[in-house]
Amino acid sequence: MAEAAALPAGRTTRLKIDSDGWIKRAFMGVIALYLVAALALPLYAMLSKSFVTYGFDLSRYEFQVSDESGTVWGDPVTAAALNEALGKFAPEDLRSSSDGRLSAPDLFPDFSFRSPVKYRIRGTSDNAPYLVGLDLQNSTEWRELDSNTFRRVNLRPVTTTGLQNYQEYFSNPVLFSSIENSLFIASVSTVLTVLFAFGFAYAINRSCMPFKGAFRLIAMMPILVPSLLPGIALIYMFGNQGFLKGLLFGQTIYGPLGIVIGSVFFTFPHALIIISTALSISDQRQYEAAESLRASKWRTFWTVTIPGARYGLISAAFVTFTLVITDFGLPKVIGGQYNVLAIDIYKQVIGQQNFEMGAVVSVVLLIPAIVAFIVDRQVQKKQVSLLSARSVPYQPKPNRRFDMTMLAWCATMGVFIAGIIAVCQFAALINYWPYDLSFSLRNYDFNRMDGGGWAAYWNSLELAALTAVIGTAIIFTGAYMVEKIDGFKTGRAVFQFLAMLPMAIPGMVLGLAYIFFFNNPANPFHFIYGTMAILVVSTVTHFYTVGHLTALTALKQIDAEFEPVATSLRQPFWRLFARVTVPVCLPAILDISIYMFVNAMTTVSAVVFLYSTHTALASVAVLNMDDAGDIAPAAAMGMMIFYTNATARILHAFASRRILSRTQAWRVR
Amino acid sequence: MSELQAEGAVATPAEPSYLKIEGLWKAFGDFIALREVSLDIARGEFICFLGPSGCGKTTLLRAIAGLDPQSRGTIRQGGRDISELPASQRDYGIVFQSYALFPNLTVERNIAFGLENTKRPKAEIAARVRELLALVGLPDQAKKYPAQLSGGQQQRIALARAIAINPGLLLLDEPLSALDAKVRVHLRHEIKELQRKLGVTTIMVTHDQEEALSMADRIVVMNHGVIEQIGTPTEIYRHPATLFVADFIGETNRIATTYSGGAVKLGDATLQTRETGLADGAAVTVAVRPEDVLPHAIGHEAGTKPNHLPVRIVDMEFLGSYWRTHLASAALGGTPLVANFSMNAVRRLGLSAGAEMTVELPAERVLVFPQGDTRGGAHG
Repeated sequence: MAEAAALPAGRTTRLKIDSDGWIKRAFMGVIALYLVAALALPLYAMLSKSFVTYGFDLSRYEFQVSDESGTVWGDPVTAAALNEALGKFAPEDLRSSSDGRLSAPDLFPDFSFRSPVKYRIRGTSDNAPYLVGLDLQNSTEWRELDSNTFRRVNLRPVTTTGLQNYQEYFSNPVLFSSIENSLFIASVSTVLTVLFAFGFAYAINRSCMPFKGAFRLIAMMPILVPSLLPGIALIYMFGNQGFLKGLLFGQTIYGPLGIVIGSVFFTFPHALIIISTALSISDQRQYEAAESLRASKWRTFWTVTIPGARYGLISAAFVTFTLVITDFGLPKVIGGQYNVLAIDIYKQVIGQQNFEMGAVVSVVLLIPAIVAFIVDRQVQKKQVSLLSARSVPYQPKPNRRFDMTMLAWCATMGVFIAGIIAVCQFAALINYWPYDLSFSLRNYDFNRMDGGGWAAYWNSLELAALTAVIGTAIIFTGAYMVEKIDGFKTGRAVFQFLAMLPMAIPGMVLGLAYIFFFNNPANPFHFIYGTMAILVVSTVTHFYTVGHLTALTALKQIDAEFEPVATSLRQPFWRLFARVTVPVCLPAILDISIYMFVNAMTTVSAVVFLYSTHTALASVAVLNMDDAGDIAPAAAMGMMIFYTNATARILHAFASRRILSRTQAWRVR
Repeated sequence: MSELQAEGAVATPAEPSYLKIEGLWKAFGDFIALREVSLDIARGEFICFLGPSGCGKTTLLRAIAGLDPQSRGTIRQGGRDISELPASQRDYGIVFQSYALFPNLTVERNIAFGLENTKRPKAEIAARVRELLALVGLPDQAKKYPAQLSGGQQQRIALARAIAINPGLLLLDEPLSALDAKVRVHLRHEIKELQRKLGVTTIMVTHDQEEALSMADRIVVMNHGVIEQIGTPTEIYRHPATLFVADFIGETNRIATTYSGGAVKLGDATLQTRETGLADGAAVTVAVRPEDVLPHAIGHEAGTKPNHLPVRIVDMEFLGSYWRTHLASAALGGTPLVANFSMNAVRRLGLSAGAEMTVELPAERVLVFPQGDTRGGAHG
């Protein structure tokens, strides 16, 4: 009896889908479509672009030339044969870009636009485009032209797909060296940041030093400013006219040195959060056991502390590595002649308008980012399982010498971080460095400079507000659908993948992908190109994953049985969503919105390709003013971003506390 | 045997069944969680699904609730085929082990959750909430949040919320498992009372046999996705259909032997058993409950009466209301026999460890199950 293994033949029962089910599916469909249109398709467009090359294929065209009378025609001859006979164009001359033109009369050394000789041209294959004046022709029919018209015949390039772009990239030593540079910078910055952040986190979690709260606050400051701001501060300190230039002993700050110092600054809080979490979950009992076994402090450190925090350390290392290698603002400001991958994308696209090569560099930049992302995800999973274990939290005991050492270390880091911000503030207020050191607000008069003026600031504020509101709504609803919908497994798995993807996509790559996708006139969404909408979409997408994970974590803590209970009470899911899920998750929702706001204020990488004259942004203005040599106004604009974000954070803290005390009364017993 | 007849009257529902489950199968990938489960439940009955974890009892409940649809088979409720209906279109209230109370809503808003949004006037809802709070014995807790209540109180609120909408069927998924022992026993009784008062057909899933025995009108014992036996608590206990049921509900001494002519041989001794319908020479397992090992007399009355065994007391454990006694018998070879002797019997016979005595295993209490098959059995 018990051995009868298989199901009897027949149809597997499927429940009918009720209106709730349809609404949920519709919601998820809309958000999945959003992710497809805002992420998957642009990336696909970029990837396919990187395989496209443009070139003139002379074998596709045939010409005939008449005699002086214009009635007697010579034999048809291909353009390729003409070129071979003349030796006019070498193969590399035939490479081109999407709007290349090759003048047809160049193939005829005797050509004169005044002669009565007539010319005929036709394509020998289906795709042989050429221009007569401005008219694009593409036909295998002969077309007869007098010489004055033939003067204005241009051959157009045809596209071929293949690996040529990649071959070209890897055989170009200048471009190739950027890979080395990027890896070098990212590795050095990662080692330093993780070491420094570990020391800091260790002090906060494992010592009894005073002023922990203040240090935590200072350590979080870099999150509030664009990554290029430390570059500006470093120029003031160690640049050509820097007041601490002497400390460098002849080294230059413009280059790897500056990039590394700046990178340590802006990645520090990210690494600190992760390592601090890892250290805070360790178990007091392990230390008591070590002590009872008479293990030395040093041995305990290496056998208990480090293994306990190893996932945090690995995760922090990969996050830092990704942040540095994909960062664009800092090397732009302080990199000098030192090329890195992110800069190459910018140069290829903005400088040389070589979009295909930009796409190739983007693909190259994707590789380390995706590897780091995958490793980080694996490690995070293990970290979660550590977290769920019940343990007794570690209680540090006062130890004067140790506490003072830790205090000294935190003070050093604190001075470094606060110092960078202070130098920027100083720079913004100085009238004319280094000649007129009196204070003025002249540098805040942005309307006098290029870069978008005060309008750029207000645009940024608008972008940040829209991103916070729209992004949070999309992200939270999407996460709810992934976590709480029943059935529809494949759809949810695809959705989850799409939601995790943005974390692995560097901002530069996303921005470039958006150009390829949205700037295509055939795209039905073309109309958002150059508007605030595309900036909002790109920013929401760029920062989607962290918000998604925050929402998922909050939703996972909610009893999975709320939905069945509400259904059994014959209540639609949206009523449960509005009355219970959202109120219970409000702290997480506020966290997501402030995260989106702050990042929208500071981001440069994705939007630098997408802003238009009407939608210039404060963070981009910092970049552009710095580029134009207006460093002090750039610092001033950077400080505007800092004030705004600091204010937003304080308001957020107040709002959270108020809302918590009002709507979350149930949390206290 | 008069006891059996009285039970039989309840065991088969007289009126057409309210919930009729036919040929239910459920597969999770290759794993078969339910095999051909069929079940009739009468209106107003209190049914317990009882079995070890992984036996399919919760799967069956979730199929009835429409939370995880069955793979094959039909479910009819009140004459309506609900097999393919989504949960929202079925008619039941549900209570989970976790209570699943909405933490940000007060007790009264929790209870009113299913009443609001139904065009009922506010005053009517408020009155209904008061009525329900009184019914579950928490009239003055309306304004509190769930976190401010004890586990037992929270479970009562969950119950009130589930019955607020007057469901045709009440589903309880291990409702008492998260509570401590004292509260559990108390709430058991209250739930049963409430169910009787409301007359709502109720299905409770539990792995706790005591809970099932004390609350259910009928118990559905499940194992490996199959229903082992359906019956009243006494039926299940007194007349287990399979060795699994005998083992899972209550304790048993198990002895392997062969069956022959209405009796089994245990070493030198012969035990008369119940009528089994088994062929002579069949390999069987004999099961006797510790409380069915009756202390007869001190000393040996060698082999005179049928079903009497000479034994020696190896060890006695005092467990409050009775003595758990380990017995050894030459007749049983090395197999130990466990008996529960009442305080009175121990005192009356002056039993102590090391004493020789005679015990009786009454024929109608000796359960016989064919070996190698967990199905079929004593009065199959």
